[in-house]
Amino acid sequence: MKLNVNGRTVEVDAEPDTPLLWAIREQIGLTGTKYGCGVAQCGACTVHVDGVATRSCSMPISAFTETQKIVTIEGLSPDSTHALQKAWLDLDVPQCGYCQSGQIMAAAALLKASPNPTDEEIHREMSNICRCGTYNRIRAAIKQAATARG
Amino acid sequence: MNAIDLSRRNFLVGATAATGGLTLGFTIPFADEAAAQGLPPEVNAWVVVKPDDTVVIRIARVEMGQGTITGLAQLVAEELEADWSKVTTEYPTPGQNLARKRVWGNFQTAGSQGIRQSAVYVRQGGAAARMMLVQAAANEWKVPVAECTVAKGVISHKASNRTITYGKVADAAAKLEAPKEPALKDPKDWTIAGKPMKRLHQAGKVNGAQIYSIDHKMPGMLNAAVQDCPIVGGKLKSFDASKAEKMPGVKKVVRVENAVAVIADTWWRAKTALEAVKFDYDEGPHAKLDSASIAATLKAGLDAPEAFVGNKAGDAAAAIAGAVKKVEAVYSVPYQHHAPMEPLNATARYTPEKCEVWTATQNAEAALAAVSQGVGLPLDKCDVYRLDLGGGFGRRATSQDFARQAALIAKEMPGVPIKMIWSREEDQRHGTYHPITQCKLVGGLDKDGNLVGLQMRISGQSIQATIRPEGLDKDGRDAFTFQGLNPGGAEGAFGYSIPNLLIDHAMRNPPIRPGFWRGVNNNQNAIYTECFMDELAHAAGVDPLEFRRRLMKNHPKHLAVLNAVADKGGWGKPAAPGVFRGLAQHMGYGSYVAACAEVSVDAKGVLKVHRIVAATDCGHAVNPRQIEGQIEGSFAYGLGAAMLQEITIKDGRIEQENFDTYPILRMEDMPAVESIVMPSGGFWGGVGEPTIFVAAPAVLNAIFAATGKRVRNMPIKNTDLRKA
Repeated sequence: MKLNVNGRTVEVDAEPDTPLLWAIREQIGLTGTKYGCGVAQCGACTVHVDGVATRSCSMPISAFTETQKIVTIEGLSPDSTHALQKAWLDLDVPQCGYCQSGQIMAAAALLKASPNPTDEEIHREMSNICRCGTYNRIRAAIKQAATARG
Repeated sequence: MNAIDLSRRNFLVGATAATGGLTLGFTIPFADEAAAQGLPPEVNAWVVVKPDDTVVIRIARVEMGQGTITGLAQLVAEELEADWSKVTTEYPTPGQNLARKRVWGNFQTAGSQGIRQSAVYVRQGGAAARMMLVQAAANEWKVPVAECTVAKGVISHKASNRTITYGKVADAAAKLEAPKEPALKDPKDWTIAGKPMKRLHQAGKVNGAQIYSIDHKMPGMLNAAVQDCPIVGGKLKSFDASKAEKMPGVKKVVRVENAVAVIADTWWRAKTALEAVKFDYDEGPHAKLDSASIAATLKAGLDAPEAFVGNKAGDAAAAIAGAVKKVEAVYSVPYQHHAPMEPLNATARYTPEKCEVWTATQNAEAALAAVSQGVGLPLDKCDVYRLDLGGGFGRRATSQDFARQAALIAKEMPGVPIKMIWSREEDQRHGTYHPITQCKLVGGLDKDGNLVGLQMRISGQSIQATIRPEGLDKDGRDAFTFQGLNPGGAEGAFGYSIPNLLIDHAMRNPPIRPGFWRGVNNNQNAIYTECFMDELAHAAGVDPLEFRRRLMKNHPKHLAVLNAVADKGGWGKPAAPGVFRGLAQHMGYGSYVAACAEVSVDAKGVLKVHRIVAATDCGHAVNPRQIEGQIEGSFAYGLGAAMLQEITIKDGRIEQENFDTYPILRMEDMPAVESIVMPSGGFWGGVGEPTIFVAAPAVLNAIFAATGKRVRNMPIKNTDLRKA
């Protein structure tokens, strides 16, 4: 089947019930999207599907069509200069960094829907797990990015 | 005993030896070899300078989010007088370390020791390299070395107005004899170390480019999904893979000890096929083991006559018997799992000549030993290549079972690299869990409310008895059990002078494998002592801060961090309506920490932790910004555990197999954290773990202030916090 990932149409040779996460990682070869739990609990696998944050570990590729635009962390910005990426580096957010792809993708979808989110909105949309405990810096970086974008 | 075992034994002895007497790599056996390969030569084991002036600093410890790479590089760069903007790092392998007589010292990255236990010799490595580079420039210019100065990787000779960069003299420097005992800077003169540098290697963490162990790829690589026997002490009798073997992508189904591994072209296909395997287990002697029976075993230990003594002064029993008021309480802390975000995994390639493993480990030397022992090849025919860790927290230090298992799987298909990934469920089931303990505390107060005697009986599991029995004392005592409760010493001294004191441990070891979980035994010891101090203070009718202060006159560093959080936290002043405060202090891994927590509990019993003020005195603070990050992260980790997490056992099996039943603290429950980094100098303390100690007790004491309820059994979620 065919998927549209980061603006490219790619042929995926996998069983229809293969989770999108594993098609992205193993067939398409993009490893920025992470496996954490496999049950949509942790959010490390978050990608955008037509701009909406989606936990790719729990969605089979058969649920997607070629016209749906899937964006992974690698496709968020061509040169890693999305306002969130800049804020993340400015505030030195990542510790181990493993969850941060998912955090940034969830945050990017949030900012698209709500350019100046309140703490409550951030907490509701950012339920991704970070074991290193970078939450306060993530929240601060989202607000900084929101301000930078005006 | 064969040669393999002998070399392994020697290696393991070396791997656990103290770091004293380390050579600095001042000989240059690899300089010629590097030149022959067209590589820039190393100035010494710690420093390589490339022709473009890039400085590569070798890091023996491993980065898992705690910032050790950045801090260690700062220490080396400081003495090297390097240009920080040109610094990068690389990991030597344990095989290289072994071949060079452990020139890089200990690789183990646990116990918050990365910086504190290697700060002297890595700085000496940087200083020696600087002296050699400057000497090389002086030689080239034919001027006395004393006339040369150096700053930011540029050597100058003022009299002749000449300058040259490190990259230009590195070749010549590498051929010089190294100075024996290079002098080190006074920390007050630091310009790179001690500064709030941003972390190295951050860019790839925001665009998906960073390669973690789970992302490793090799040409021709296959993937393995694995299921080990899920029953404690159980064994795999047989399995039926007839269906799995016919499934898409499957190359081979193999048995490795008590595990079955499906090897397929992709991991998802391997995992899918694994679910079609039928297993027949011999459930073994612990088939009926459950949490209730473990708790009963520990409870019996609370009053057992025999116990190992950890700290003793005067006669506690007599003092309590003669006290005006007696206070007694029993606390408990359950098993907890590390649950790093990246499930355990390793890639291995085996041939009869060489076994290589690529993995995320906190101790690559131990991984090398485990791989060598597992596949039966001598150490010098194995190596382990370190990849970034998606968290460690002690799981990737306690046991290298994952590296060994990957190597054993690879041995079933010689020559083929195979990446083994544990599912989250497999990771949860085969942890090395934070040990389970209970604690009975009895205190005696005199008529003025002073603590005249304290008994503290810990009953429960010793980590070392299972994991590292060679670490026990001759009589079987596990000194680690008493972390933070010691009568003195630089590692973890008890912060109170109590005239009559007895702290002892009735060792009770259930068959669940324990491990070193971030903070280790300090965590429950701080809960027990700091919550009971709060209980005693209230029983005495004395303010909890004042009650502690009376006992801390001889412990000025413990007291200083406590005073700092009390002051900044507003102790003694009114909090916001409905908000209540709690205090805690503890010392461990060489550092002094304290916290003042603010919480509220609503009418439905819902706990909200609003704000925590936390102080750390780690002696020398190598990077205050990263220390703040560790303080913040420690509250997420420590409060998540205290509030939400327990591993329970039923029918010999771990019950919590994923994050739906093993909840992790999320952003909405994260308190505001105000860090006070207050290094008093003169010693080196750790920072990756210590703040965890005070996270739970500060909040528990605040919960009492808010509700009048003492939560004595963790996690907090099991207690109804609604006001009675």
